[in-house]
Amino acid sequence: MKNMKKIFAAAILFTAILSTSSCKKDKDDLTGTGPVTIEFDNRFGDGPLNFGTAYTNQNGEEVTLNLFNYYVSNFVLLKEDGTEYIVPKDECYHLVRHDVTATHSLTINNVPAGEYTKVKFIIGVDSLKSTSDASQRTGDLDVATNGDMYWMWNSGYIFMKMEGTSPSSTEIGNIFNYHIGLYGGYATPTINNLKSVTLSVTDDKIIVGKERAPEVHVYTDAKEVFGSPNPLFVSASAVIMGSPASVNVAANYADMFKLDHVHND
Amino acid sequence: MNRSVLIGVLVFGLVVYGSSCNKEDDGNDVEFRVPSNFPSPTYNFTSNPVTKAGFELGRKLFYDPLLSRDNTISCGSCHIQTSAFTHHGHGLSHGIDDLLGKRNSPPVMNMAWSETFFWDGGVHNLDLVTPNPIENPVEMDLNFSVALDKVRNNLDYKKMFKAAFGSEEVTSAKFLQAMSQFMNMLVSANSRYDKYVRGEGETLTSDEVEGLNLFKQKCSSCHSTDLFTDNEFHNNGLSLAFADSGRYNITLNPSDMGKFKTPSLRNIEKTKPYMHNGSIGSLESVLNHYASGVKQSATLDPLLQQNGQLGIPMTEDEKAKIILFLKTLTDTDFLTDRRFAEF
Repeated sequence: MKNMKKIFAAAILFTAILSTSSCKKDKDDLTGTGPVTIEFDNRFGDGPLNFGTAYTNQNGEEVTLNLFNYYVSNFVLLKEDGTEYIVPKDECYHLVRHDVTATHSLTINNVPAGEYTKVKFIIGVDSLKSTSDASQRTGDLDVATNGDMYWMWNSGYIFMKMEGTSPSSTEIGNIFNYHIGLYGGYATPTINNLKSVTLSVTDDKIIVGKERAPEVHVYTDAKEVFGSPNPLFVSASAVIMGSPASVNVAANYADMFKLDHVHND
Repeated sequence: MNRSVLIGVLVFGLVVYGSSCNKEDDGNDVEFRVPSNFPSPTYNFTSNPVTKAGFELGRKLFYDPLLSRDNTISCGSCHIQTSAFTHHGHGLSHGIDDLLGKRNSPPVMNMAWSETFFWDGGVHNLDLVTPNPIENPVEMDLNFSVALDKVRNNLDYKKMFKAAFGSEEVTSAKFLQAMSQFMNMLVSANSRYDKYVRGEGETLTSDEVEGLNLFKQKCSSCHSTDLFTDNEFHNNGLSLAFADSGRYNITLNPSDMGKFKTPSLRNIEKTKPYMHNGSIGSLESVLNHYASGVKQSATLDPLLQQNGQLGIPMTEDEKAKIILFLKTLTDTDFLTDRRFAEF
């Protein structure tokens, strides 16, 4: 009797597992909404980024990073036929801090089911949010807790912050600091370093459904900050912040992202 | 339906009337009002209306040296009510460790109408003003998040946050909103001039009226409206070389080199010394500067170099009358309002 019960229970469980897994493979489950997780894997060139490791950049300079943060926001998911899902803005202002693993991924909920092939986002915080009042500065936009990713005196978020040391730097302590922000100004136009990024899948698709949880792996190559189109020499410019030279750095990191692969489990 | 709405409105009106009446009775009326001679405020009160509890929390924070690294400097240290919330007599203010700042402490008044903040206009929203002096190494020198932690660990504040925002939780948004509520209440609109233009039975002497007319001709292009500022940035010819790049630091536009925001002239008698760097000590010297001291430079305001002549032509008599008028902008009610005081 006891055994019968166990077998019965096992059978039910087995059926349940079978039916869920078969459901996942069935296109019919692409109804309703589901989550999409985007993970940002920070890299330096071909390997994972590690603080404290000396790398040689494309300009032949040795650099060791000890800080690497950036904002991503205004996400849009696109299907092959061009239809798009614009993620509600306030759900996805996200700050990636390399030293805080939990910040490396963000989950977008309630995405309409379907097969998506592109991810669009902005590096930085748009001008509307950058000039908003305190009630809107919560979560990753909280200026008290966002790891100094905000310029108090020239109101605006810092979009990308990279700090480290390099024997090529002529600054005290051989440091280099790249703090890039500026959203275009409020009443008076200023530099606009907001960059839009569109990433496409290669082989996979991002399959969204109510019983699915796809994970999109984006590689962020910190090395690109030094790269093209404007080779950045630490020897010549170890500190770039709110100056016109920031435009060159923003142009470099605009293409530091690559959609590497998708886990459609 | 209509009737019940009407009754609702009436009851609401009575409640509002009743409660404001009570507050007036204990000298603690806290309600933001737009003076009839002022334009519409720029601050968005929908997301942060002024309440009595929020205002009182903001006032406590404004006067609390807890917000500085060594608990010695409060906002009120350099923004003193009797000097229209400036640092009386200080060209440049000394903050923590007696370190000097680089600009003259600006008055905190009529903030709800300001489009930008600080001499260079680098901040666009009143809510985001407060972290600046807290974090500035020569002012209060405290990381904003540490300042919040210090507030969090204080029992009095827990009660006040609960009263103001319904929960004891101290967040940066609530902290900043409370500060804005206090600053928004600092409205100066009750000078002799105000009562005169609003027809409230105040009269100006004939010299003062002449001064007002001269002011309109010679000064009001920049010191415009009854806020006495155009909220714009100008180079008023103080120097040839710019020790402080001013607005240029924000816009990085060479045409903004050496420009600073037009300050209001309200309570000007009480806010000496003058200019962004506090370099001029008296109103007489200010007018002498505009009459004969303006220096030519690439970004000098066009209004200060008309008809091939530098500055604004003024006779001694005209200067004296303009000063008489400027003194009618002193708002004693504001300078002595008990609600705004530390104790």
